[in-house]
Amino acid sequence: MPTTIPLDWYLMLSAVLFVTGVIGVITRRNAIIIFMSLELMLNAVNLTMVSFSAYNGNIGGQMFVFFIMAVAAAEAAVGLAIVLALFRNKQTVYVDEVNLMKW
Amino acid sequence: MGIDLFGSLPLVVIWLALGGVGIVIQAFVRDNTRLVFGYYISTLIATGVLAALTFGHTGLTFDGMVTMGGSGAFFDILFCVTGILTMLAARPYLQREDSEIDEFYTLLVSAVSGMMLMAHANNLVVLFVGVELMSISFYVMAGFFRKSIRSIEAALKYFLLGAFATGFLVYGMALVYGSTNALDYATITSVVRAGTTPFPMLLAAGVTLMAVGLCFKIAAFPFHQWAPDVYQGSPTVVSAFMSTAGKAAAFSAFIPAFTMLMPVGAGASYVMNMQLALAVIAAVTMLVGNISAVAQSNVKRMLAFSSVAHAGYLLMGIVSGTAAGHQAIVFYLTAYTFMQLGAFVIVSILERENDGHLEFSDYAGLSKTHPVLAFLMAMFMFSLAGIPPFAGFFGKYMLFIAAIDSGFTWLTIIAVVSSVISVYFYLGLVVKMYFSDPVGEGHATNPGTAALTLGVAAAFTVLLGVLPSVLQSMFTAFH
Amino acid sequence: MDMHVLLFALFAVGAVASAVLTVTRRNPVASAMSLVAHFFMLSGLYLTLEAQFVAAVQVLVYAGAIMVLVVFVVMLLNLGNEHRLQERSSLRSVMGTLIAALFAVQVIITLLAHPTGMNAMSPQALTIGTTESIGQTLFTTYLFPFEAVSLLLLAALIGSVILAKRHVK
Repeated sequence: MPTTIPLDWYLMLSAVLFVTGVIGVITRRNAIIIFMSLELMLNAVNLTMVSFSAYNGNIGGQMFVFFIMAVAAAEAAVGLAIVLALFRNKQTVYVDEVNLMKW
Repeated sequence: MGIDLFGSLPLVVIWLALGGVGIVIQAFVRDNTRLVFGYYISTLIATGVLAALTFGHTGLTFDGMVTMGGSGAFFDILFCVTGILTMLAARPYLQREDSEIDEFYTLLVSAVSGMMLMAHANNLVVLFVGVELMSISFYVMAGFFRKSIRSIEAALKYFLLGAFATGFLVYGMALVYGSTNALDYATITSVVRAGTTPFPMLLAAGVTLMAVGLCFKIAAFPFHQWAPDVYQGSPTVVSAFMSTAGKAAAFSAFIPAFTMLMPVGAGASYVMNMQLALAVIAAVTMLVGNISAVAQSNVKRMLAFSSVAHAGYLLMGIVSGTAAGHQAIVFYLTAYTFMQLGAFVIVSILERENDGHLEFSDYAGLSKTHPVLAFLMAMFMFSLAGIPPFAGFFGKYMLFIAAIDSGFTWLTIIAVVSSVISVYFYLGLVVKMYFSDPVGEGHATNPGTAALTLGVAAAFTVLLGVLPSVLQSMFTAFH
Repeated sequence: MDMHVLLFALFAVGAVASAVLTVTRRNPVASAMSLVAHFFMLSGLYLTLEAQFVAAVQVLVYAGAIMVLVVFVVMLLNLGNEHRLQERSSLRSVMGTLIAALFAVQVIITLLAHPTGMNAMSPQALTIGTTESIGQTLFTTYLFPFEAVSLLLLAALIGSVILAKRHVK
């Protein structure tokens, strides 16, 4: 049975979560935590997609969520491999210690 | 429900060649880069030929997910040609740097397949998957010299900022989806044009966020800061490929997406603001790109800023929003691809290990030590600066006319001013090559197959400048 | 009805709290664990939206696969606490934080001023979230992007092997 929660609540919640992720990306210096903040952003998008999908009665949004998940998995593999390669070369994962060229 | 097999061939062939056959070859034939190189060159040739054959076969396929023929097929050919030219230049370069691993070619072809998805996308899901397929291949290619800290750093920056931009792009897509209740371009177009969306504010926010994501991919101000670092740090042939085919792909997605979301002269109220915002972005991008390029002493970094500036010129076509503007983008992209690729490939031939021989001063007196390379470099520089009779001049002219026709005279004036600024550093390099004495002994260079790349790039740079109608006649098949 | 609102409030508060913890913890493992909690909260929110299949996949893919990978890398690199929470050019990060926060406030104000007026889920929501309907659509209409994603995963696989391998030649 349908709830009486307005769509707006979900949209506000996902905007707040998205912005939390953005702030994490901007302020943190550990590449792995930046990566986790990126995951937060993508998950906020997923929430937006699913709530629109449920309130509009359109399946497209839930389909999109699967593609976002697949992309997140691919980004996880590549991103963590880059972090590993960085660590092998410089023994650091802090982005502010990687500044041969200016950041 | 329906799959048009003939029209889908370019997409299906590159996909099977990569995921079905290429991987098996690489799994069982170890350490035979020559075979893999030849295999992927033929894959790209086959894909390009199929795209040419399906050029006139327009329509939709795979349940309306992707378009066939028309501008998509044109971009396929451009991506395949750029891919082939990059591979030809990459082989001698990678061999010299002792990093030739056959997976380089695999990633290059997968990037091309991602670009093709972007050019053919008729649904936000396909656009998203295409953007990511291209970007993920690029992240790895940027870090391909795993022992070089610069290369890894470029990969890290590109990855973190690229994924950040993807977040904005996909959040924009979510809001567009929510406010139009559709993911396919046709439905979104009709809702936007009719102005029947129940949430106009969300639609405007979604379009803005999508523009932010796409502006990052084309390296437009203020999302351009990654470009110089990434292009400088990546292997030179990779920079060549990313700054040409990558930019072409982003614009091939930008044109249909913004024809859909920003219908000039119709419905939605945010369109005027959006158009003005993009015009300002275009103006600032070309000024920032060209002014920063003046201050550079590293040729690779100079070319990176020049690619930022060119994103600004190309955005003028999006701002105009007319068919003429879009044709101008396609023309200039084609011209830009050949001249920028040529310039980067010359840099890759002259470069020495550990990022040696990349400074302006290293190019002094090049006309005496390497007369042919100096001549070609001068030609690409003239073309990039927009000096007739080369391709760059005619492309710029078309873009300027398109912007004036849609009432953006001020933008054209800024574009002309920034072109004049750009002459300073493009010709500065030419002057350095021709009117300075060489420092020390010139070192031997062995261009190998890269000579072929340079020949083709030079031929097109001249041909498109002298006979622009060759390309223009193809545009009648678009739209 | 109250049950639904209660569940929403619970998961929403949990999701925000765990997200904030993720971006503020010094220790990467603590961040990762908060992120796992966040994924479970989101999974609960998907259930309140009747998206059962997405909810299950959310836990399997994110908490089960991606986070295991992250924790594995953190352990492999043996990372300790960060000495300084944030170090990058503070002016830029303060500006960025302000702009981002402003964006969230803007969205909330806009939505409060112009409510979407959608107070109930579409009746179809009950049917579209099931495994049956997801599978049906994914393998018919969305066949093309589904296959394209396989290429994406292949490229990511090759790429991560290339980057992370110790000796290639």
